Amino acid sequence: MAIDMSQFYQVFFEEAAEHLASMEALLLAIDPASPDPEEVNALFRAAHSIKGSSGTFGFQDMMEVTHILETMLDRVRKGEAALTDDMVDASLVAGDILKNLLAAHRGEEDADRAAAEAICHRLDALCRALEDGGPGQPGETVNAPVTGPVLRSLDLRFRLACEPPDNSAVFEHLLAELKQFGDVDSVSAPAPGGRECHLRMHTGACVEDLRSILDFVVDADSLRIEPDADGEGDAYGFFEELTPLDDSATESAYGFFAPLPEQTPASDPQAQAYGFFNELEVADLLNRQQAVEPYGFFAELPPPEPVSSGESSQDEAAYGLFDFSPSLAGAETLPPALEPAEVVAAQSPAPSVTLAPAVMSRKPVARSTAAGETGSIRVSVEKVDQMINLVGELVITQAMLTQAASTVDPVIFERLINGLAQLERNTRDLQESVMSIRMMPISVVFSRFPRVVRDLSQKLGKQVELKTIGETTEMDKSLVERITDPLTHLVRNSLDHGLETPEKRRAAGKSETGTITLSAYHQSGNIVIEVGDDGAGLNRARILSKARERGMAVSDAMTDQEVWQLIMEPGFSTADQVTEVSGRGVGMDVVKKNISAMGGRIELDSMSGVGTRITVRLPLTLAILDGMSVGVGPETYIIPLGYVMESMQPERSMLKSVSGVERLIQVRGEYLPVICLHEVFRIQGAITDWSKGIMMVLEADGQSAALFIDQLVGQHQVVIKSLEANYRRVPGITGATIMGDGRVALILDVPMLVNMARRVVPAAA
Amino acid sequence: MLQAAQIATTTESEESAFAQELLTFTLGAEEYAIDILKVQEIRGYDAVTTIANAPSFIKGVINLRGTIVPIVDLRIKFKVGVVEYTPFTVVIILNIRGRVVGMVVDAVSDVIALKPEQIRPAPDFASSVDTAYIMGLGALGERMLIVVDIERLMLSSEMALVDEVAQ
Repeated sequence: MAIDMSQFYQVFFEEAAEHLASMEALLLAIDPASPDPEEVNALFRAAHSIKGSSGTFGFQDMMEVTHILETMLDRVRKGEAALTDDMVDASLVAGDILKNLLAAHRGEEDADRAAAEAICHRLDALCRALEDGGPGQPGETVNAPVTGPVLRSLDLRFRLACEPPDNSAVFEHLLAELKQFGDVDSVSAPAPGGRECHLRMHTGACVEDLRSILDFVVDADSLRIEPDADGEGDAYGFFEELTPLDDSATESAYGFFAPLPEQTPASDPQAQAYGFFNELEVADLLNRQQAVEPYGFFAELPPPEPVSSGESSQDEAAYGLFDFSPSLAGAETLPPALEPAEVVAAQSPAPSVTLAPAVMSRKPVARSTAAGETGSIRVSVEKVDQMINLVGELVITQAMLTQAASTVDPVIFERLINGLAQLERNTRDLQESVMSIRMMPISVVFSRFPRVVRDLSQKLGKQVELKTIGETTEMDKSLVERITDPLTHLVRNSLDHGLETPEKRRAAGKSETGTITLSAYHQSGNIVIEVGDDGAGLNRARILSKARERGMAVSDAMTDQEVWQLIMEPGFSTADQVTEVSGRGVGMDVVKKNISAMGGRIELDSMSGVGTRITVRLPLTLAILDGMSVGVGPETYIIPLGYVMESMQPERSMLKSVSGVERLIQVRGEYLPVICLHEVFRIQGAITDWSKGIMMVLEADGQSAALFIDQLVGQHQVVIKSLEANYRRVPGITGATIMGDGRVALILDVPMLVNMARRVVPAAA
Repeated sequence: MLQAAQIATTTESEESAFAQELLTFTLGAEEYAIDILKVQEIRGYDAVTTIANAPSFIKGVINLRGTIVPIVDLRIKFKVGVVEYTPFTVVIILNIRGRVVGMVVDAVSDVIALKPEQIRPAPDFASSVDTAYIMGLGALGERMLIVVDIERLMLSSEMALVDEVAQ
């Protein structure tokens, strides 16, 4: 059974990363003064899962760290120790170390062994400190630095080696032996005719000692010694071994599960078998009358034995590669009903359907069946993009069909036309759902900020409250990834420069705790993200003097908006001292550049003493655009709708000439430069008479201009295609798209056109 | 879309392992040959979307099953033949280092195999085609084939098909 473990590594990496993320979120949310037992439990479970699976995969370093962490959390969970700020801090640091180790195993970073060691010591010290107060018991397993003989609870499960009639005497003898090592709390002697035993001990002896005693009288394979966890028999690790129903079944456990007794706890007789491989004697099959796959990916259905809760409570969670899922628990109830006839049917399809996907992608099974949770699958972005492309093609084909059918007689071809109408609806729905796959809630980005703010506020000695609004706002995945860094920078900036120290705040008559507000919402085809603080606001005078120092062309007559824009110039910093956090003057310009690259804009509002608000406007997605198609001569162009302010048919009187050239249009009291698209693109056959065409007022980068075109064609959602993939950059064009008739239409680069107008006008004047 | 039937399969009998397969096409009265491995497909000429301020030989872009493909008219570029677009006008779609480019030619003739010795070096001469892009002259009986290094030609700055940076 040589199995290449590496194929499961990816699953482990993803899962561990997920657990770490949830651990961090929990740690940040938890209130050390009055921790919610649920949260503490969840924390413990996360640590526990990581430990379990890292152990299974042989990532010792991760296991060591999580082990100590788990020990500490376990004590908190049991109420033996109170949660302290120090513990939360240490746990957060441990989380970071684990991330580093995880990345190291993925081959992305170098493992920081020293840090790992340090955190082990720190956690260990915390554990020891607890010991002085409460009833001591840390460090139980082989991998942890064991700190002397300490009492702890152990859960022992085994099967006596000898046959029933005389094993009760053996059992008595064994009990006496064990009592030398400590208290044997609860005993479940072998049932008459059975051999299963279950003991709970309170002992200071090490596991190996106990094992050596038990080895003589019990089946070595069946022996399980676990730190007792409130009887919550958590089963993690991959392979839950099935304890056979009757004694004739000599359990042959090999491959994965046998050598891991330490990490494969609590295999109750009634525990479900859901690993990959459950071996059973073939002969045993018949006795059992249940569907059993002798090998392969299918879990065996549990024995038809009434499930008694008892020690292992029903909420027992199984960690490891597969989250314990209710579907499997559900399967538990099936077997008793299975008649031999059904067995055949159930044998392959039923279990394979449920479990085979688990092998490929753990998620669908784990999540979709978990009560109340929404299902999710991991799919590579390329696949999704490919799907989006294909659906785009489908939409075009459908449009072409519709166009072709528009010429036929609707009476004769009624069915065809009805069918096409239906096709159109279906393709639209399909397109919408496919597009939505790429959308992610912005909470993915926001969720990292509690940590950023926490760490930074501690470092800076400021008291900060972080508020997030509109976390469910959805945006394209690619944008989510790219907005994270700029946004982090903005938040750090707000914290460092925006918010004042508690003393200053008090002096200003404000609450000592500053507030940073992160909000996201949709506004006319854009997603707007705001980072606001109630700090001191930008200092106009200081920015101006700094700008002068740097030799920038500034004047006191500049509007606030213009002054604020200065801080986004490269190398500009008003911070008096360079701190670790910021002040080096690299940043805002990079932020601005990144956001522009995403097709977004950044705006600043500030009021002295009240606060600063930075507004980032982004397109909803990079792949789709709401566009207005316009006709100029024989050509069709797409103008991104976000830039369009209004359109009008101009009257002669609205056009003003400067030095004999009509190049300005008066719209609502404002004079806007006019750009003639047919001149810029040298299009033949376009309308040149002002009164016959359309003026479209565009706004980009805070500048407005009027674009003169022949006609408005319509409004579409268009899929942006790259022109540069096979061609090159064209000035004035950002990309291309495919129209309903299969033709290519070019998308205009509005900011560039508007800029062009500003340059052209002075020349003409 | 033009059928592959138009391209006669290998006509020459003396196929050898060293022979290079070339696609031949005509521009006016001249016969050109390019490496067949660079050819993705052959199709008819469709309406193109013109690109503003592009050189005249760049006709524009077309939608080739979802990708935007620029179309170059070699007749304009090389100043040969009569530039007209009929249902028989042929576009050879090339795939050059992953970039898809279409080129308009008068007609596609056939696929031939030429041994290295059949390709003679081209003498330096003044022509609209820079001799740097001519790999040699293929002799095939009475016919003279101008063997073009299509990859070099299409990626050249002269063709203005790629950004300067991309080169």
